Order: sequence, then structure tokens, then C-alpha cells
Amino acid sequence: MANEFVKKVAEEKYKFGFTTDVHTEIIDKGLNEDVIRLISSKKGEPDWLLEFRLQAFRYWQTQTQPTWGHLRLPDIDYQAISYYADPTKKKDNAQSKEIDPELMKTFDKLGIPLEERLALSGTAVDAVMDSVSVKTTFKEKLSEKGIIFCSISEAVKKHPDLVRQYLGQVVPYRDNYFAALNSAVFSDGSFVYIPKNTRCPMELSTYFRINARNTGQFERTLIVCDEGSYVSYLEGCTAPMRDENQLHAAIVEIMVMDNAEVKYSTVQNWYPGDAEGKGGVLNLVTKRGLLKGANSKLSWTQVETGSAITWKYPSCVLQGDNSQAEFYSVAVTNNFQQADTGTKMIHIGKNTRSTIISKGISAGRSENSYRGLVRVGRKADNARNYSSCDSLLLGSLCGAHTFPYMDVQNNTATVEHEATTSKISEDQLLYCNQRGISTEEAVGLIVNGYAKEVLNKLPMEFAVEAQKLLSVSLEGTVG
Amino acid sequence: MLEIKNLHAAVVGGKEILKGIDLTIRDGEIHALMGTNGAGKSTLSKVIVGDPSYEVTEGTITFNGADVLAMKTEERAHAGIFMSFQQPVEIPGVSMTNFMRAAVNARRKALGLEALKSTDFLKLMRDKRKLVDIDNKLVNRSVNEGFSGGEKKRNEIFQMAMLEPSFCILDETDSGLDVDALRIVAEGFNKLRKPDTSALVITHYQRLLDYIRPDIVHVLLDGRIVKTAGPELALQIEEQGFDWIKDETK
Repeated sequence: MANEFVKKVAEEKYKFGFTTDVHTEIIDKGLNEDVIRLISSKKGEPDWLLEFRLQAFRYWQTQTQPTWGHLRLPDIDYQAISYYADPTKKKDNAQSKEIDPELMKTFDKLGIPLEERLALSGTAVDAVMDSVSVKTTFKEKLSEKGIIFCSISEAVKKHPDLVRQYLGQVVPYRDNYFAALNSAVFSDGSFVYIPKNTRCPMELSTYFRINARNTGQFERTLIVCDEGSYVSYLEGCTAPMRDENQLHAAIVEIMVMDNAEVKYSTVQNWYPGDAEGKGGVLNLVTKRGLLKGANSKLSWTQVETGSAITWKYPSCVLQGDNSQAEFYSVAVTNNFQQADTGTKMIHIGKNTRSTIISKGISAGRSENSYRGLVRVGRKADNARNYSSCDSLLLGSLCGAHTFPYMDVQNNTATVEHEATTSKISEDQLLYCNQRGISTEEAVGLIVNGYAKEVLNKLPMEFAVEAQKLLSVSLEGTVG
Repeated sequence: MLEIKNLHAAVVGGKEILKGIDLTIRDGEIHALMGTNGAGKSTLSKVIVGDPSYEVTEGTITFNGADVLAMKTEERAHAGIFMSFQQPVEIPGVSMTNFMRAAVNARRKALGLEALKSTDFLKLMRDKRKLVDIDNKLVNRSVNEGFSGGEKKRNEIFQMAMLEPSFCILDETDSGLDVDALRIVAEGFNKLRKPDTSALVITHYQRLLDYIRPDIVHVLLDGRIVKTAGPELALQIEEQGFDWIKDETK
């Protein structure tokens, strides 16, 4: 049975592993102040932003890569990576505004049509390949309501005051090693501003695609939801199959004002490496939301199936009184994937509430860790947290770990933590098989049932994709 | 027709439990299989459906001429073999609806039929639910999760109704049921049974056989069928136990 299992896993295919043959302008490998100046000048940035980058870079140089994760992070040669790749740049510098049809085709193939008439109903997309945003749809329609949705590069040019006001406010460059790196070299990502008392009429989404070889992607996303407003934001990611690791170090910052609500959903499907653990994306990401206003709400929902290594803790700082935060996560690891993911809930305001629902699924020889911090500050009277962390093991060579940290400094707080570990039993599989359901389909059913509580939080179309993705990611994991 | 010839089987890597079983069940026949604890009754049923924790070391099983031992567990189900489990397992988070949809459509696919449309499938669920008188609440829950013993057994009969098998194994369906629940489950089975449906009914007691009347009764002792007779054999066992049969076979 074991041999059959190994064979099946090896035969598995990553559906999004193709490459796009498009002329790409890539700057030379290496990282120094000149490279940062070059990136900044290519993007035509103002001086304050260049200064921000340089400060971050100087700080980064004084730091060392963190080692506390339950991960075997390979040594990353930061001089062997190119920090800027532009697939929209025309040969011979032609000034045409047309988007290369190859790029359009690529996003079509990924199921993200860039023509508005073909779009998924009610969804606006910012499509980013390597370091550059290829196109943002429905910009005009959204601007009628005063909503700004564009690439962050464009926002720096068109809305410099807003960007300057908020950039680095939620995740300062000194936050951690990878945040400093991102702040120094970040390329593209999305910028969202929802003005006061506005309910965003569409789902906003960004699709990140890595294409170029030996480049890193350093996306930067900034979402500001002003008083009394609402937005639902989706993020998807894929990359080609390559033998070498690719670095992806992103920052997402979210600012939520009084009575505002943000829902942020991710389906992360970066290339996870092959069955022997070769290649794959190193996904080292800092995501954080500041619930600045009273009665504000923020909800993170993530489905993590990709990447060779995932290091990611979408967090919430509950500063406003009565603010509410949620974290719903499904993390799947297979083969040699490693994930160390979870959240931080920092309660500062009074009557703040947070919920953490984490579902880890490990298969193959993978390692899957939940790491979470719940901190209740001295002034956070009546703060409440509920955490539930479940692990599901498929096979006996994988690992599941839970690292919950609690720091409660206010004795009116209520903090609850529950954790379970389970396996798909032979009896369950026999039962399904006897009813005519193949083992693979049975695993898909059981895993989706296990993750249902989280999947239900995703917008409809995303949920369907995520369900399929879960089944595909685990194909052949039970022999 | 199910034909078992000289079947030997063991727990994988363990001791031999079935030591040469010969059994032929023709279409439309109900066979009862009785025997003491540990005689191999459940092993026989699990080997027929293809539980991978047992290995067949000798002998053959054919079903309507096809080599059952060469088929995967799910292929045997597609061919029309169904087992009502002695202890139906719980599958948390998987709704009965999704579970049955997967099962019904897997079988249809194997038979070269299109998957049922959602509306047709839900109608089928409704019709069959009425037929076996199972509560809508149970159907809306996760598979067997939090079901009482009786509800689990009734759910097995409901699944049988949905899958319309031609050969059923009832593995100690009476265990853990009170008289009323037993009657409901047995009547459900009788209602579903078509003239050519055959069954192997495994039980310790006569009382199930009061409702599901066997054509033939077998006694399994220590991995072998030691006695085969008409329905009167079950009554005799009910009165006298198995010792007299053990004595006979010495």
C-alpha cells in the first residue's frame, strides 16, 4: 500500500505550473542601495518613498533571519535574486498601452479574465505578475463611489497623501526581518481606499502570479476602510513549477476605522515543490490589520494549500473599543511542505472580541504548525477570545504541532482555547468504499467536511475553488 | 448469484480465521449465518465486501460470474453488493446528503450513467426517506454523527434504499436494537427487497429471523460452515444453543 501511495503522490500535477513566454525586463541580481534606487526610479517614486525604502534596507542589514519557526528554512542567498521583473515592458521601449496578449491569455488560463465583460460577477481584479500590476478592472466604475482600487504604484502617483499617511502604520519596517526586506524592495500590490459610509458594491481581488525565473515577489497591499464602510477583499496566488525555490515576502496592511468592516480572504496556491521536496515558493508574509475605530470588524479567512514553506500570521490589533476580529484558517501540507501559520490577536480596547478557528491538515512527510498569540492588555476590560485549533493527520509520516501563546494582563478577560488532533480512520474509508466511493473521493469528502466551518466563510465562488483545491492537494495521500 | 468456494482468509499478517468456506446464494434467496462469537461471521462479511485488513489466502468468490476478489471495495459496491455495518462509523462534517450524492453518483458513473441532477437527487432522497420512515433531521446531519444505535441501523437501511443493491449483507443488524427498532429496521428491509434480491443475514438470535425469514440457515464454527438446514435450524439453536452442533462435528 505504501508504494502505491508514493507513486500516486509523485504523479500528482500542479495545475498552474506553466510558464508564460513574454518579454520581461529583469534587473540584475543582487541587493544594495543602488538596486533600491533603481527600483524606485523605475517606478518614478517621490523622494519620501525612496527614503522609506533606504531606511528599511539599512535596518534590514542589521538584522538576521528569524529561526524561531518550526521550519527548516533554507539559507537564502539574497544576492542571487533579482528584485524587479516587469513583464509588461515592451521590447525596444515601444510606448503602446496595449497589454501583451500573452499576458491576457495567462490570466485567462488562470481563470482570471481581465476583460470586464468576462469577469466573475461582481468582482473587480488587480492582476499582478512578478513586480508589476498588469491591469486593474472596474476602476472607473468604483471611482464613481469614491472608491480607490488600483495598484500601489499607481496610488503612489495619484494619491500620494493617502499612501504616505498610512504606509507602514500597521506594519512598520522594523516589525520583522522579512517586513524590513519588503519595505526596502516592495514592487507592486493593491491599494484600496473606501471612503466614509460606503459599502463597496463589488468584491475586490488581487491575483498574484510569479512568472520570471530567479526573481522574488515583494508585494505590498494597503487597505484603508474609512468610518462606517465595508469591503470584502480576495487574494489568490499561483506560480510556475521550477526546481529552485522562489522567494515571496509580502506585506498586507489593513486599517479599519469606526464602525467599518473588512473581510479579507486568501486562497494561497503557490507552487509547493515536487514530491521530493525540490523547488517551491518560500512564502514569508506579514499581514496585519489595525482595528483602529470603535465597533470596527476585521475577518481573515485563509486557505493555504501551496508553497514549500509558509510563514504567515495574519493578525489583528483590536484597538477600538467593542472591535471584533476573526481568523479562520485551513492550512494543508503534503509531501515535504512546511507551514508555520496562525495569528495574533492583540486586545487593547475595551469589550473587544476575537475568534480563532484553525484547521490544519497534514499529509505525506509534511510539517504543519499552528502558532498563535492572544494578548490582552491592561486596559482591555471584558475582552474575550475563543480559539479552536484542530489538526487532521493523513498517514503516519507527517507532523502536526500547536504553539498557542497567551498573555493576559486584565482579569476581566475571558480566554478559551481548544485543540484536537484526529486521523481519517481505516473504518471511515472502508465505510465510504463500501458505499461505492473511491478512497480519493472519500478523503476529499472528509477533508472538506472537516474544513467546512472555514470554507463557509469564503465568498461563494472562492469557496467552490477552495473545495476543489483541497481535494486536488491531497490526491493520493491515503493508499 | 454469489458463489464462495474453499475460502481461506486471515487478518493481514495474523492468524487464519476462515478455514475453507463453501457457500452459494442464489438470486432471491435469504441465507442466515449463525455461530458463536469469534467463529468468523463478521470476517466472512468483511472479506466479501473487501476490507483491506483481511487477506484471502485461498479460494474464490464470484458474484454473477465476476471475480469479486479481483475487484476493489468500491467496485464490489458498484456491482450491487451492500453491507449494513454492525457498527456504522461516524464521519464528522460530511452531511448525509453529500455522502449519498457521492455514493449514488459513483455507482451511476461506474454503470455509465450521468450524475443525477441536484433536484432529481433530492427528490430521490425524499422518496426513499419516506419509504424507510427515517426522520428528515437525521438526513440533514453529518453521517451517523451523534446518532443513537437504532438511528444508525435505520440509516443503514436508508442507504440500502438509496443504492438498491442486489445482494445485501446484514451484519448483526439486530445488535443493540430494542424490539421496536428491530421491527422497523426489518420491515424496512422487507419493503425494499425485490424478488431477486438476495441476502446474507448474520445474527446470534432467532428474533431477527422472525421478521426476515431465511430460506436456508448455516452454522459457522471455527471458520467452517458445519451445518446447513432450513429455517427450523434457527429455532432449534434458539432453544438448545450451539453445543449440540459442536458435539456433532467432533
